[in-house]
Amino acid sequence: MRDPRREPAGGVAAPAGRPPRARARSHGRGRGAPYLFLLPATVLFALFFALPIGYALWLSLHKVEVKGLGLGAGARAEVWAGVENHTAALTDSELLSGALRVLGYGAIVVPVMLGLALVFALMLDSEKVRGTRFTRLAIFLPYAVPGVVAALLWGFLYLPDVSPFHFVLDRLGMPQPDLLDGGPLYLALSNIAVWGGTGFNMIVIYTALRAIPAEVYEAARLDGATPLQTALRIKIPMVAPSLVLTFFFSIIATLQVFSEPTTLKPLTNSVSTTWSPLMKVYQDAFGKGDIHAAAAGAVLIAVATLLLSFGFLRAANSRTRQEEAR
Amino acid sequence: MSSLAVRKDAPAGITPGTAQGPPPARRRRIALVPTLTLALGALYCLLPVAWVVIAATKSGRELFSTFTFLPGTGLADNLSDLNAYRDGVYWTWMGNSALYAGLGALLSTAVSAVSGYALAIYRFRGRETVFNILMAGVLMPPVILAVPQYLLLAEADLTDSYASVLLPLVLSPYGVYLARIYAAAAVPADVVEAGRMDGAGEWRIFTRIALPMMVPGLVTVFLFQFVAVWNNFLLPYIMLSDDEKFPITLGLFTLLEQGANTPALYTLVITGALLAVGPLIALFLVVQRFWSLDLLSGAVKS
Repeated sequence: MRDPRREPAGGVAAPAGRPPRARARSHGRGRGAPYLFLLPATVLFALFFALPIGYALWLSLHKVEVKGLGLGAGARAEVWAGVENHTAALTDSELLSGALRVLGYGAIVVPVMLGLALVFALMLDSEKVRGTRFTRLAIFLPYAVPGVVAALLWGFLYLPDVSPFHFVLDRLGMPQPDLLDGGPLYLALSNIAVWGGTGFNMIVIYTALRAIPAEVYEAARLDGATPLQTALRIKIPMVAPSLVLTFFFSIIATLQVFSEPTTLKPLTNSVSTTWSPLMKVYQDAFGKGDIHAAAAGAVLIAVATLLLSFGFLRAANSRTRQEEAR
Repeated sequence: MSSLAVRKDAPAGITPGTAQGPPPARRRRIALVPTLTLALGALYCLLPVAWVVIAATKSGRELFSTFTFLPGTGLADNLSDLNAYRDGVYWTWMGNSALYAGLGALLSTAVSAVSGYALAIYRFRGRETVFNILMAGVLMPPVILAVPQYLLLAEADLTDSYASVLLPLVLSPYGVYLARIYAAAAVPADVVEAGRMDGAGEWRIFTRIALPMMVPGLVTVFLFQFVAVWNNFLLPYIMLSDDEKFPITLGLFTLLEQGANTPALYTLVITGALLAVGPLIALFLVVQRFWSLDLLSGAVKS
């Protein structure tokens, strides 16, 4: 058996058709072992990933047809609907405005969260900074707070009767904006996501920064680079792969926003039951009981999410290649 | 690791062109901008936590009348109110969350360990295909999974049960990925080979030899999954209707929903939120020494 460490993660396994004869003795007995070891994961994947995805696709392509008065057995039948549900979802104004809301929300959350994460990571990594053990832990802490609880805490901090911001503004005699309505609502919701996600991404970027070999800095130091120049010209380009990865996963997570707006709903009338596309899917499935429309919505959201995130990945990759070519 | 220490501890005096003064003075100087920025960041992150600690001490009247960061006098009352609310259903929620997150993370770690080990150590037909298909699971938005999962579990009469929240989360593609990386780095192939020479079976080699070597990495997988399940809201929200089975996130949410009509429940929600974040933060402070966060980004110390 070859040393697995020597092998690139994405490497191709040895041609399995002809097992090396020298190893046949030790290999022969355990040949079925990897398949048995992978059995639980395979079964779980089939049951809880592949089957639901297939079922969602199937549902989205069908509809219920009611015959006659819809009474008695066989009066309701599921029939082929083609892309009928999908076109209906695509022209549904609720789903579309929800998608626009979430795109606006994501346009705030992703850059701000990752910008802060990058700045904090660079600062943790710079020299002569004090108290990094404490600040690193404090900034990472919100990761341990469930999204629902985070939304709940900030929700109370936004609530005019309880908010410290309103208290201070009131004392100063300044106007108090309603954070739970209109434009500020986007900022209020974005803030919850930024608060919850910055620390985790900061740690991922910081880890990548620490993996940069010291010799690289030595060269920069000899060239008389300032800390800012070192950060911009050396550190950021070297952690670019981590940045791309955090962007990629942040886009997926942000477009799926559900628990934060759902939690704020009881505190304000401005968050509708269909504020985000995911909430709309939930409403279709469990509010209206129209699982075919819900499935079509879910499929469209999944496709849009994957298109956006992979589109970003492609753009980022071609950009890096261009820079390498220069 | 060592390279980091070299870089950090190198006396600043070595730097050419030290015009700003003698080396010892420079070494003691603090970089103000980064230190202050990080302190501000920490303040921002701690603000809601500080608020909930103080707000939980206030009585319902004080909550709306006194300054936000002024401690109140109602902590004991709030706690006993919460304790008495619907015969202590709050503690049922906490227990449920501990069960979902603890058992779920344990099962998930076990599946990740055995799968990651198989993918790292053996070479067999279809290895990369299996791995790539499992990894595609990471990219699946939860929405396309959760609704059909509910409908399928409803067919099997399994919705509104503990299993409906536990089972869909047992397979964690990210956990398999981490376990594979860690097994490849921590379990030398010759050790596995030596086990075979001694006549040990494959399963025995895994449990007796490889598993102990993988423990540090598996701790990370466990904690990662524990947090993921503890923080999950969508799945229990869709699956459960019996509030005796609710995890804490869903319980607090329903409490808040009722509180929208009766502000008297606000103090319960706030006290409940404090008690809900407490254990997880404490867990973090304890385990962060053992938890190699480096592994989260796929880096393995060699």
